[in-house]
Amino acid sequence: MARESEEPGMAKASKVKRQRKKKPKENKTRTVHANLLYDNAKGEENPNRNYANNKIKTTKYTVLSFLPKNLFEQFHRFANVYFVFIALLNFVPVVNAFQPELALAPVVFILSVTAIKDLWEDYRRHRSDQEINHMDCLVYNRAERRYTERYWKEVRVGDFIRLRCNEILPADVLLLSSSDPDRLCHIETATLDGETNLKQRQVVRSFFDLDCDFDPLKYNGIIECEKPNNDLNRFRGYIIHRSGRRDALYKENLLLRGCTIRNTEEAVGIVIYAGHETKAMLNNNGPRYKRSKLERQMNVDVFWCVIILLVMCLFAAVGHGLWMFQYGDKRPVFDVLSPEGTDLSPIMSAIYLFLTMIIVFQVLIPISLFVSIEIVKICQVYFIHQDMDLYDEETDSHLQCRALNITEDLGQMQYIFSDKTGTLTENKMVFRRCTVAGVEYSHDANARRLAMYQEMDSEEEDCTSHGGTLPRRDSVTSHQSARVVLRSQSTKSHRRTGSRAEAKRASILSKHTAFSSPMEKDITPDPQLLDKVNECSSQMDFMRFHNQPMSQLPSDLADIIDFFIALTICNTVVVSSPNQPRQKVRMRFELKSPVKTIEDFIKRFTPSRLTSGSNSSSSSSLITNRSSNRGCSSLLSSPSAESTLTKLDEEQSPQGMEHSFGPVPPCYNGNAWNLEDGELRYEAESPDEAALVYAARAYKCSLVGRLPDQVTVELPHLGKLSFELLHTLCFDSTRKRMSVVVRHPLTDQITVYTKGADSAIMDLIRPPDTGSSKGKRQKKIVSRTQNYLNLYAADGLRTLCIAKKILSKEQYACWLQRHLQAETAIQGREELLFDSALRLETNLQLLGATGIEDRLQDGVPETIASLRKAGLQIWVLTGDKQETAVNIAYACKLLDPEEEILTLNADSQEACALLLEESLHYIQAKFLCSSTDQAAKAFHSNFAPFEIYPSSSPSSSSHTTPFTVLQLGLVIDGRTLAYALDKSLEDKFLAVARSCRSVLCCRSTPLQKSMVVKLVRNKLKVMTLAIGDGANDVSMIQVADVGVGISGQEGMQAVMASDFALPRFRYLQKLLLVHGHWCYSRLANMILYFFYKNAMFVALIFWYQFYCGFSGSAMIDQWYLIFFNLMFSAFPQLITGTLDKDVSAETLQQLPQLYVNGQNSEEYKPYMFWMNMIDAFYQSLVCFFIPYFAYADSDVDLFTWGTPITTLALLTILVHLGIETKTWTWMNWLSIAFSTALFFTVALCYNASCPTCYTPSNPYWTMQRLLQDPLFYLLCVITPVAALLPRYFYRACQGTLFPTPVQVGRQLDKLPTETRRNILSLRRVKAGSALSPKPPFLSLSKPSPKGCNKKDLRSFPSSETSQGPALQMDEQGQRSPLGPADSNKGPLDLYAIVPTEKDTLPYTKDTPKLPEEPRPPSTKDSECLGKTLEASDVSLSGWITSTPLLSQTGSVQLNLPPAGDSQCVKYTRNSDQRLKSDHSIHPAQRTEQGAEQSLHTTL
Amino acid sequence: MMASSYNAKEEDGHNSGASNNGGAGVVKSKKPDNTAFKQQRLPAWQPILTAGTVLPAFFVIGLIFIPIGIGLFVSSNNIKEFEIDYTGVDVNNPCYNCAKNFSWNSTTPCLCSVPFTLEQPFESNVFMYYGLSNFYQNHRRYVKSRDDSQLNGDQSALKNPSKECEPYRTSEGQPIAPCGAIANSLFNDTLELYYIDSNGTKNTIPLVKKGIAWWTDKHVKFRNPGGNNNLTVAFQGTSKPVNWRKPVYELDPSDPENNGFINEDFIVWMRTAALPTFRKLYRIIQKKSSTTPTLPSGKYLLDITYNYPVLSFDGRKRMILSTISWMGGKNPFLGIAYITVGSICFFLGVN
Repeated sequence: MARESEEPGMAKASKVKRQRKKKPKENKTRTVHANLLYDNAKGEENPNRNYANNKIKTTKYTVLSFLPKNLFEQFHRFANVYFVFIALLNFVPVVNAFQPELALAPVVFILSVTAIKDLWEDYRRHRSDQEINHMDCLVYNRAERRYTERYWKEVRVGDFIRLRCNEILPADVLLLSSSDPDRLCHIETATLDGETNLKQRQVVRSFFDLDCDFDPLKYNGIIECEKPNNDLNRFRGYIIHRSGRRDALYKENLLLRGCTIRNTEEAVGIVIYAGHETKAMLNNNGPRYKRSKLERQMNVDVFWCVIILLVMCLFAAVGHGLWMFQYGDKRPVFDVLSPEGTDLSPIMSAIYLFLTMIIVFQVLIPISLFVSIEIVKICQVYFIHQDMDLYDEETDSHLQCRALNITEDLGQMQYIFSDKTGTLTENKMVFRRCTVAGVEYSHDANARRLAMYQEMDSEEEDCTSHGGTLPRRDSVTSHQSARVVLRSQSTKSHRRTGSRAEAKRASILSKHTAFSSPMEKDITPDPQLLDKVNECSSQMDFMRFHNQPMSQLPSDLADIIDFFIALTICNTVVVSSPNQPRQKVRMRFELKSPVKTIEDFIKRFTPSRLTSGSNSSSSSSLITNRSSNRGCSSLLSSPSAESTLTKLDEEQSPQGMEHSFGPVPPCYNGNAWNLEDGELRYEAESPDEAALVYAARAYKCSLVGRLPDQVTVELPHLGKLSFELLHTLCFDSTRKRMSVVVRHPLTDQITVYTKGADSAIMDLIRPPDTGSSKGKRQKKIVSRTQNYLNLYAADGLRTLCIAKKILSKEQYACWLQRHLQAETAIQGREELLFDSALRLETNLQLLGATGIEDRLQDGVPETIASLRKAGLQIWVLTGDKQETAVNIAYACKLLDPEEEILTLNADSQEACALLLEESLHYIQAKFLCSSTDQAAKAFHSNFAPFEIYPSSSPSSSSHTTPFTVLQLGLVIDGRTLAYALDKSLEDKFLAVARSCRSVLCCRSTPLQKSMVVKLVRNKLKVMTLAIGDGANDVSMIQVADVGVGISGQEGMQAVMASDFALPRFRYLQKLLLVHGHWCYSRLANMILYFFYKNAMFVALIFWYQFYCGFSGSAMIDQWYLIFFNLMFSAFPQLITGTLDKDVSAETLQQLPQLYVNGQNSEEYKPYMFWMNMIDAFYQSLVCFFIPYFAYADSDVDLFTWGTPITTLALLTILVHLGIETKTWTWMNWLSIAFSTALFFTVALCYNASCPTCYTPSNPYWTMQRLLQDPLFYLLCVITPVAALLPRYFYRACQGTLFPTPVQVGRQLDKLPTETRRNILSLRRVKAGSALSPKPPFLSLSKPSPKGCNKKDLRSFPSSETSQGPALQMDEQGQRSPLGPADSNKGPLDLYAIVPTEKDTLPYTKDTPKLPEEPRPPSTKDSECLGKTLEASDVSLSGWITSTPLLSQTGSVQLNLPPAGDSQCVKYTRNSDQRLKSDHSIHPAQRTEQGAEQSLHTTL
Repeated sequence: MMASSYNAKEEDGHNSGASNNGGAGVVKSKKPDNTAFKQQRLPAWQPILTAGTVLPAFFVIGLIFIPIGIGLFVSSNNIKEFEIDYTGVDVNNPCYNCAKNFSWNSTTPCLCSVPFTLEQPFESNVFMYYGLSNFYQNHRRYVKSRDDSQLNGDQSALKNPSKECEPYRTSEGQPIAPCGAIANSLFNDTLELYYIDSNGTKNTIPLVKKGIAWWTDKHVKFRNPGGNNNLTVAFQGTSKPVNWRKPVYELDPSDPENNGFINEDFIVWMRTAALPTFRKLYRIIQKKSSTTPTLPSGKYLLDITYNYPVLSFDGRKRMILSTISWMGGKNPFLGIAYITVGSICFFLGVN
């Protein structure tokens, strides 16, 4: 609009341009007219006729196209083509081996199974399409002049649709009218992105001012907008009114299909995109197809099978040629001539034979392998789904497998890339403590309360789950009052977004909003601060009463009140009341939107406004208000804006005070407002915001209403104040802050409240002028706040700084001018707005900072510890600041206080290169130094098979990692990471990173995250898993081999992109260690078995070729040959492939080391394929030659001899499976019995059914005769035994002499639970250092250790001496953070350890070392800390850059010659705690240890 | 990012009835059932293959196998078997001339007799076999070259045999009955056995030719067209196989029950052997009384009507006399195999 008034010329020009370019432009835009203008929606003249209608069809096939299309798709799989080719080959008489019809059977069977599956899926899609297409909605009918019910599928582009509350949008609709007085419409997009908070959508601006109901007949605009695209967050276009006026359309105007209307009684819109062109449908891309590592490996071996097949065929062909050749011209009677009676030359018959052999040996390429693998994977997915341990009661959701075909990859992971917030932590932001104006309020009571929650957590979970059902039901009924159709749709949407969304919605409707568990809501205020707030507000009240200016308020109190006001309003939280679900609290004083135009600004700041009833709230006065405004604007629009501005400002300023001190608007006491404060619900987009709002409320400073143009805050004594909201500069990740511009009702100043990351805010603080006392105070506040910020960060709290800025009218006007330009800019609007925000957010005045605790999820440290023991390298990639990240990393045991930390911070490419170089040197030096240590450890690990120490396990897969992983942690920040990811440095970076035990990347962008994953994945050739919960993790999740999404509080984007979705991080442990392991080993064994089975079976025929003149004859009846794979031997392997457990779930979790098995692909190595092949050939030799010799020179006929061989082979194969089966359930027994029975039944029926039908074999009565023959039974006994003897013996020897860890695990399983637990717990104590709490910190302040380190020091000449002051500082800093860190971490650690202690039950008694001890006297310490802090104000900047909170005793700091402060590698090393913990085994355990050792030796 | 994350299948997804149906319905928890099956906790037997568990098993296997093996070996050794090669490769062989001069096209049969001596008497029923070596009856094209329908007496197949019989399907414009290469190469030597008693007289040993074929073959699989009445009429319009001297209905003119397709010699031949060296049951010498042996030790004479050429493919022809036991003919292999495997297991188990 601004554009219209300001630049009419330009608009015209562009219009002309557009007309000229009309032809090409038509391709890029869509023009939507109202359908009402035309008689018939499909009529010739209707310009909308070419757009897709709203009928959706997600089916792939129609009745007619099903067969050809499905077959065509199936033939995309090469194997299918191959098998069809072979089946067709049978139709060529010269080469055929089987009855052609019969040979087709398996292919047809496989194809039809798949086809039926596809058909069923398609039918389901069709049915749901039908259902959706037949839902009702209200469409305006021109003939009847009212809205009539129509089916969804009848909705067309250009139709007017009326939507009611809780209805689901049938298409993408442009919002033209809303019953909401703000002309807003709230929608819930949970079905699209899983975010349950309501989103506001606005009526198109030109329809904004319509007073009465929207009348479609009067609509005369033409909409031009983008072509349909799938970007949910983008919509651009404009509406051209008949008058020629054009209004821009934004995504705020578009309601998307699939969303639900909430809180809005009625809305009317015009359909812009329908059916398949809606954004929701365009976003429909099917599940991803990934190929697992195992499958890739398998394909290689399938290829080898083909080679073997060809070699065998070639061999047979050559053999046949020679055999023919030796007879020369003397044709023996059994060498039948060709049908024409002509003689076949040896060469020709060899060629024919080659083809025949391919048919005969086709079984070698297992046709059923692919189908079987699919079936097994589906079963595996089913079992993972059903696992109770992966079910989260709180959210009523369980693990979702979204990718069905990579389950086994879970067992082969080597690197885990994890997000921090929401993944490791709960993303339940809890206000923990704050500092205002340089004074810390420690909120001890709050801390205690939080600690209590942690304890109660487990009990509470049960309670909520039980109590949860009742209110939820209520809400459901109330919600689904509308219509039946609606219900079905909402059902659908539940399904769509997964259980999490549903659970979330249920909980929202019933009790609380997102981010509002009692823990997050009930904040215990700090008494001191509360007093101050009270005092302050009472003073203000007093001052208001006495009309004193606010500036007389003492500055610290003013800061406090400002601080809380900032907390309350500097956000986008929406307030709603709970008794009317999702009905926002309506309190209306004025009707305005944030300042959008210059006129608007002028209007608002004109004195006339005061008289025009701005404080009235009745709807009638609203209208008058509006109309008067309109008049006003028309008046004022002509002169140049700037001059008016200044003029008005001058007039206005003196009156401000009076205005704002006017009486509280009457409607405060009106009937609309009868809600208790406590019942207000805050719907925030991010949990931090909610946490802060709740925190402010705890101080009686509560947000009670938010409208687009104003925020209402209730303050103690002062009552409700409404802040006029002028602008909201939303949060973005580059700025890392958000601001609101408001007019303060008490001072009437234009105030900017800014809230953001400390790094962002601190740079923008106005440099205090050192002269004045105020300036000094400011400086002190800044430095102290910085101090506390560092402390908070050291505690692992998320820090936010709050600042404000008071703008003068001139400044504001000046800024507004450019801001409005930016807002209305056509091109590069985003950039301009960004710049505009930057211009505003300068010279801030620091108010204070908050520390929000993002608690670790349950079991994260344990999970990380055991994943690490499992040989997984865990990298944490987070956007958080370094200190916070490091401390969370400590808290979750990612970093170990024992290990040294390499911190890489560089601000240039060269510096980064140097740093990496140095680090490499250091690592090498350390490696050399510790090699003896390593060797000892290696010896140790050889000794006991259990002792696969996490650090040494990756090195066991030494083909990939030449580096030994040291006790090193790497911390790198985003900027350095950017340099390190450069092509030239990435190798070095990887070299450093891979030799570290854990890597922590802070401040990394989503893109960097995915780059890191990609780099590791491609360069190291390892299997990577990325886990995350937010939109910023999506790219990482998509890049990794396996993407895991946490269905957390941050929407569903991560889940949508993931292969697996977990409710909680800790489930990753079971998913990987248990299910991953099982899936991998099951599938690996099954695939190997498949190869073996087919090779063994085919080799039987191959051996026979030596005795039939290589003529391609088979002693195995074609029926058996063809159905062997498909029927006789299919079931047991499926059962085993689905159910077999090599090690029990408990043991797998307790001995994470067993996971290495999968990482190193130990179940399926390339040589194993060949071993299996050799075994197959051996077994087939036995199965062939025992019957051969037993029937040698007898009157046995071809099939009477061949049938026993088939039987023997089947038995051998089944027993072989039996040997490989580790767990025999009744299903295994049943399946094997069934297979055997099936074979005999089929054989008996087949042999009895028809005496003449089955040429050429004609096995009539063969089986029956065999069953009367004792020889048959004798063969059945000896052959399998002889065939399997070597394998059985090998397995036994392997199990005894050199058991793999997995086998040891199985042996452990066999032990009685008690003994097993003892052994395992003993191991845990021994491995202690990883799990036991940190050794006492304070006792460790010894001088730096000598020994190895000396050498290191020498290699870096610039180390200790040059670092004099820094080191000192470091010592000081080092000491200071210890206390609070410890006091805070003490409980954390304890909780983390408690469960493990429980696990280790009987032995905790014997290990007095473990619990409790490291807890220091915390209160005392924090006092002491306070002092240190006071003293170290000056040296602050020194220890900001260094990594705080390291309990190490010695530290080596390297400063590089060219580097500044921020470039330093820090090597820190602590004293030999490891040794200590080794020695600390209690004598009482000695015996146990001995027992264990003896166990190893005996095993 | 959101764009790519929207799932098609689920969007307008299958409306599973799982979630809150009917509004008022009970909201079902998604909690998985705690059943042993779903939680993969089925009671199971978990054998662990270690020396401790496996070796006793070996031991037991050894203990079982060795006696079985010994039993088999002994019973195999108790079987008496006599074999004589009458191919006539060797010059000294009485059939040398026949073998040398003979081909499929000869019209006059060549006769030769081979004397032999049985060292031991054959007590029970004696089975007389003819054995062929190097005869690939299992050749793929050979095995296929037959028409089971025709052999089963099917009239249409008789007149119009299967294509599989090519090139032995028709001869001189008439369908061959029985068609195919197998029938065409029917073994047609005639063997007669005489006992030379102490005073030098030739006693004909009665050879039973009934019961040498499978009962099911004789009575179910093979049937003459139009029953067993006048076979000449039934086979009218067909021609004899190329290599045959006489048509199929003259295979055994003496006994209508053994003539035509249901001739037992023919049926036995049609059951193609598994290996290139095979024997086929020719006649049975029935035990007459419990006191005298079926074949006493002494001198015998084998009279051969030498019709069947084998030298072209380096084949051999044998006559075998054998008694049988419960486990079939003489074959020590299985006994040895059992003993060997048993011993290996036993020793592994002992170690």
